[in-house]
Amino acid sequence: MNINKLFKSSVGRKFIMAITGMAMFLFVVAHMVGNLQIFLGAEEINRYGAFLQGNVELLWPARIGLLVIISLHIWSAVRLTAENRAARPQPYARHELVVASYASRTMMMSGLIIFAFIIFHLLHYTVQVQAVNFTGQDFKGLEDAQHRHDVFKMIILGFRNPVVSLFYIVAMSLLFLHLSHGVGAMFQSLGWRNPAYAPLIARFAVAATWLVFLGYISIPIAVLLFGYGSQYVGLSK
Amino acid sequence: MNLTLKVWRQQDAQQPGRMVDYPVAGIIPDMSFLEMLDVVNEGLIAKGEEPIAFDSDCREGICGTCSLVINGRAHGGQKGTTACQLHMRHFQDGDTITVEPWRARAFPVLRDLVTDRGAFDRIIQAGGFVSVNTGGTPDANALPIAKVDSDLAMDAAACIGCGACVAACKNASAMLFVAAKVSHLSLLPQGQVERERRVSAMVAQMDAEGFGNCTVTGSCEAACPKEISLNFIARLNREYGVALLKGVN
Repeated sequence: MNINKLFKSSVGRKFIMAITGMAMFLFVVAHMVGNLQIFLGAEEINRYGAFLQGNVELLWPARIGLLVIISLHIWSAVRLTAENRAARPQPYARHELVVASYASRTMMMSGLIIFAFIIFHLLHYTVQVQAVNFTGQDFKGLEDAQHRHDVFKMIILGFRNPVVSLFYIVAMSLLFLHLSHGVGAMFQSLGWRNPAYAPLIARFAVAATWLVFLGYISIPIAVLLFGYGSQYVGLSK
Repeated sequence: MNLTLKVWRQQDAQQPGRMVDYPVAGIIPDMSFLEMLDVVNEGLIAKGEEPIAFDSDCREGICGTCSLVINGRAHGGQKGTTACQLHMRHFQDGDTITVEPWRARAFPVLRDLVTDRGAFDRIIQAGGFVSVNTGGTPDANALPIAKVDSDLAMDAAACIGCGACVAACKNASAMLFVAAKVSHLSLLPQGQVERERRVSAMVAQMDAEGFGNCTVTGSCEAACPKEISLNFIARLNREYGVALLKGVN
């Protein structure tokens, strides 16, 4: 395999974009499934949280792997976008992009906002910087009866802040936009699309994108609008 | 029909160009777009002005020479139609029509609406051929080819190399052109000898020419006068991936 060509050719960089995109898509699905355990109650999500945090030998390779993947995705996006802009120095006086979807034309914009959200999200729930959770509470100090980190309480308290929840929902809407183009396009970029599979890929992309969107936003909506977990944290709806 | 044309005028590759308005009268709806431009040019010549330079050759939609972006759409946006086959009956009396050249760094404007599409020739020279030692012409039925493969190869070979895919793409990407040429030859037995080397060399030349990248918007497919499918770009990517894995340079 010619690694040089993978990084230096346009099609090679699109492979990197698609493979890293696919890896992040799989992460997003797995993360969502993990998060949805919040609806099973405090015991389940706290056990899950302790399980993830308890395997340092797996946790850090996974984190470093994700960092490499996201770096490659952004690097190829920046390179490809710069080349795309340079490819048409003189713009059209009138250019009608009739079939190009809004999502396909705004991947850079949606991607950058999602990236900004990821940084906030990590500071909020992973690093647990008190200043960014806007609740006046230290998430690090939350413990359940079994002296595990009380993930359930952290999530409920975190999402009871309407601004935090709104930003989360906006970010998930942009993820929806990004995936609505990306999930189908990655099959095309890798050459894993042909007339026989194309309808299946299109249906999969729509279903997966909607499931990810609805799965993620169900948590802030349940907490904020339906008062999910309010008894647990000892606050009224 | 009476029309107002907004046409890109540019003296040569070095000087900056600009859009110039031309009122046009007496256009017959059955004229093609190029015949309408001929009428405009006759008027300009009669007035002692420089006629609008534009490319044309066969004027029957098979040579790929005409290359106009009309109202923001390559070849004017009629499905599967080149500018020379676009008729004035698709416009309304009193319309304002913008006419621009293909816009891409790889297709520099030579004059007015004429661009240098030599980049496509250089991509073909890089690998868009089969090497066959000359000899007697073989019988057509001496080399069996499955009907589905020959049909698909023909669909790809329908590409006339006009460059509308580049013109329509927001990234000025030439992927549909390269995909058509690579697919056409990789589907046929004659193309197997250079199969991996071809895709590798043609993509390398495409990159060197300064075309943009494919972001799968589908604009190329929609603008293509020969309706080349986006599926061929997936095929190109697949061919390139196989060449990459095999370590072909």
